[in-house]
Amino acid sequence: MKFDTPATTNPIDRLKVIGKSTDRIDGPLKTSGLAPYAYERHDVVPGQLYGVILGSAVAKGRIASMNLSAAKAAPGVVDIVTYENAGKIAKSKNHTAHLLGGPVIEHYDQAIAIVVAESFEEARAATKLIRVDYARAKGRYVLADQKGSATPPTASEFGGPPDTAVGDFDTAYADASFKIDATYTTPDQAHVMMEPHATIAAWEGDKLTLWTSNQMIAWAVKDMAETLKIPPAQIRVISPYIGGGFGSKLWVRSDALMAALAARVTGRPVKVALSRPQSINNTTHRPATLQRIRIAAEKDGRITAIGHESWSGDLEGGGPETAVAQTRLMYAGANRMTATRLATLDLPEGNAMRAPGEAPGLMALEIAMDEMAEKLGMDPVAFRIANDTQVDPEKPERPYSQRQLNKCLQMGAEKFGWAKRSATPGKVRDGKWLVGMGVGAAFRNNLLGKSGARVTLDGDGRVTVFTDMTDIGTGSYTIIAQTAAETMGLTLADVDVKLGDSSFPVSCGSGGQWGANNSTAGVYAACMKLREAVAQNLGFNSAETVFEDGSVRAGNRRAKLADAARSGPLTAEDLIEYGDLGKKYQQSTFGAHFVEAAVDAYTGEVRLRRMLAVCAAGRILNPKTARSQVIGAMTMGAGAALMEELAVDKRFGFFVNHDLAGYEVPVHADIPHQDVIFLDETDPISSPMKAKGVGELGICGVGAAVANAIYNACGVRVRDYPITLDKIIGGLAKV
Amino acid sequence: MRMSVSLTVNGKPQSLDLDTRTTLLDALREHLKLTGSKKGCDHGQCGACTVIVEGRRINSCLTLAVMHEGDSITTIEGLGNPDDLHPMQAAFVKHDGYQCGYCTPGQICSAVAVLDEMKAGVPSHVTRDLEEKARFSTEELRERMSGNICRCGAYSNIIEAITEVAGKRA
Repeated sequence: MKFDTPATTNPIDRLKVIGKSTDRIDGPLKTSGLAPYAYERHDVVPGQLYGVILGSAVAKGRIASMNLSAAKAAPGVVDIVTYENAGKIAKSKNHTAHLLGGPVIEHYDQAIAIVVAESFEEARAATKLIRVDYARAKGRYVLADQKGSATPPTASEFGGPPDTAVGDFDTAYADASFKIDATYTTPDQAHVMMEPHATIAAWEGDKLTLWTSNQMIAWAVKDMAETLKIPPAQIRVISPYIGGGFGSKLWVRSDALMAALAARVTGRPVKVALSRPQSINNTTHRPATLQRIRIAAEKDGRITAIGHESWSGDLEGGGPETAVAQTRLMYAGANRMTATRLATLDLPEGNAMRAPGEAPGLMALEIAMDEMAEKLGMDPVAFRIANDTQVDPEKPERPYSQRQLNKCLQMGAEKFGWAKRSATPGKVRDGKWLVGMGVGAAFRNNLLGKSGARVTLDGDGRVTVFTDMTDIGTGSYTIIAQTAAETMGLTLADVDVKLGDSSFPVSCGSGGQWGANNSTAGVYAACMKLREAVAQNLGFNSAETVFEDGSVRAGNRRAKLADAARSGPLTAEDLIEYGDLGKKYQQSTFGAHFVEAAVDAYTGEVRLRRMLAVCAAGRILNPKTARSQVIGAMTMGAGAALMEELAVDKRFGFFVNHDLAGYEVPVHADIPHQDVIFLDETDPISSPMKAKGVGELGICGVGAAVANAIYNACGVRVRDYPITLDKIIGGLAKV
Repeated sequence: MRMSVSLTVNGKPQSLDLDTRTTLLDALREHLKLTGSKKGCDHGQCGACTVIVEGRRINSCLTLAVMHEGDSITTIEGLGNPDDLHPMQAAFVKHDGYQCGYCTPGQICSAVAVLDEMKAGVPSHVTRDLEEKARFSTEELRERMSGNICRCGAYSNIIEAITEVAGKRA
């Protein structure tokens, strides 16, 4: 199904199943511990061996020698795979560093060996017996030190060109009487999804099956094929349950490659899970940024110039954190500039983490907006509202398909009790606590991509959906079932959903908050094709056919849906693909975050008291699961604001706090009750579902809302995330 | 070195011959193939492996299986199954107290044990008076549940799920 004109009324609009707050259909399995994650597939293939990966102890250099003899002789050890016996392998285009290092080492904890043994304990113990001598090379590990050597990266599909300019920023900024110029920093951050990367690999002749934990099944097949230099058709990837990803599982990592290599060398299936420490330095992280923002405005609050520059680093050949992306689109202003610079760093590979670009970009921009509002003596909500734009400010011929940011801000202010906020910081006291409120606007694009599905109707009237789409906690199983049920006139209980298998039609996968809208649109397309087949089988005129309550009706003729499959299952397959509506219109999602924070007047400790997000993100397919996506992202954003920071060892080039004790993420005690309001919106330009993404919107802008609430509470402006108490306490005495 | 150990898991006697280095978590997951208890960190930092041993919740990754001779262990599989969910499991489904599902068994085992701890008057860090019986509050719940990390960020919903179950009890 080609989607190239805005959607009109269609079966989804009936909203009998879609749009309802239904429980997840995978809930009973997940809450009873029976949903099988990658490492747990004892059932799929017998004789599984255990593999444990050894990572490089240096960040940059070469392996001078490796002595495996003690490890090989250790009890239970079956074999060891290193670059010397791995066979010919390559690096896929999607990987910056090789998944298997040696003799050249590209980053700390890069996989250099896998020990395969009969038990996990034996394999783990034997890795300690491998003797590696390294020739360490000098590396570049500190972004601030490399800032001067940073260069414009090549334009990318997601980040656009490195630089943009409209009007005359320099003159407009120089001439303005109200302006700010501030620098913000965000640290390296880790996904630390709860399930570390894991894979079981098994070969049958030249065919490889991977039971793994991966967000993008088709990418996994392609990248493994490129890496192993075998045809994609020889690889099957299965990933029905994924214990979180947040971008970390967009690409196959060393667990998948090393399991595949180990299984090939030993001739037996091998299972591998990365340890929690390996999940930090062996895989990817969100790169740190340095950001400079300049804003100039008229006295009435209208922005006349806005400039955003960002520096980040990555391994040679890697990419930037596209932190300026939202500033190109979010606010009006005739004179504009953005610039992205990329330095080379020899830290582990930087890559996408939930809302790459916007998450750290808005952490800076939305503080800057708060600072500018204060400079103007304007309310920060009113200042944002005054700078709304209904078109892409860099390309005014492109309108937004929908943009209700102002309504989000207005409704949020009203519901949160914003009117009670003191414009002067440090004025509200509750015992030892200084209390303040902050706002941050949320913005994240709605990305469109092809997505396919196959649907089958059986003689019992049940419909089964097959697609390689994944559910990483997002609720894909449920909204896909809702889509099929709505389109076929069934209830949720009549639909089965099979996901995460490369033998199913290729979907959009999970990432960039594109999963929900595209994957359900693909399922809708396949179901519309199935409806035609049903009508044809029953001899109905398909244009007039109505599907409801398990029946099919055309004129005064009526049949049970199951009747169409009486002589055998009916199957239809289709995909959604898009015309140029994504180019003609700017498609984005919007929100407004409101946070109340309390700062201990003596210690600078921060506690969050209330959080509210008002979101405008097209049709909400399932308010229950969508709300969970938003509160989860708000939680991750609170972590980014208050505690998350990978500490770089500047001498040896690795992230020191490589576990969940050292890399702190929010726990129950850190997060208050959270409220989410979705505006009633449909966006017929986005897809037949009229939906957009919400999975990343919730993290966008919330960190700055926290920072602004802290400032409003205690008068200390921190521009260097995370906002830990040591950065606050020095300023408190002055309050 | 290997040793045999006898445990009662979810009411069923189990005898295992194990490498002494095997954690209780790996004994459950790899030997008894009860994979509901999750390995999120293997360091006692995340709580995904929480099981109930002799009535108390523990991180099963931080204890060796052979230390539990004769112990009675309840895992998520012992609380209920999809056709007959434990009230806490059902409340997690109703309140969407999970997303990816990986921390969920640990959260649920912890939550069940937390309510028992509060019933027994065990104080926590936020209990104001150690002499008094801890009173049920969201502050108490949040404190007591803070050993169970949920990176998907379902905390607000988890607290609502536990509160509902606690209310039913009271």
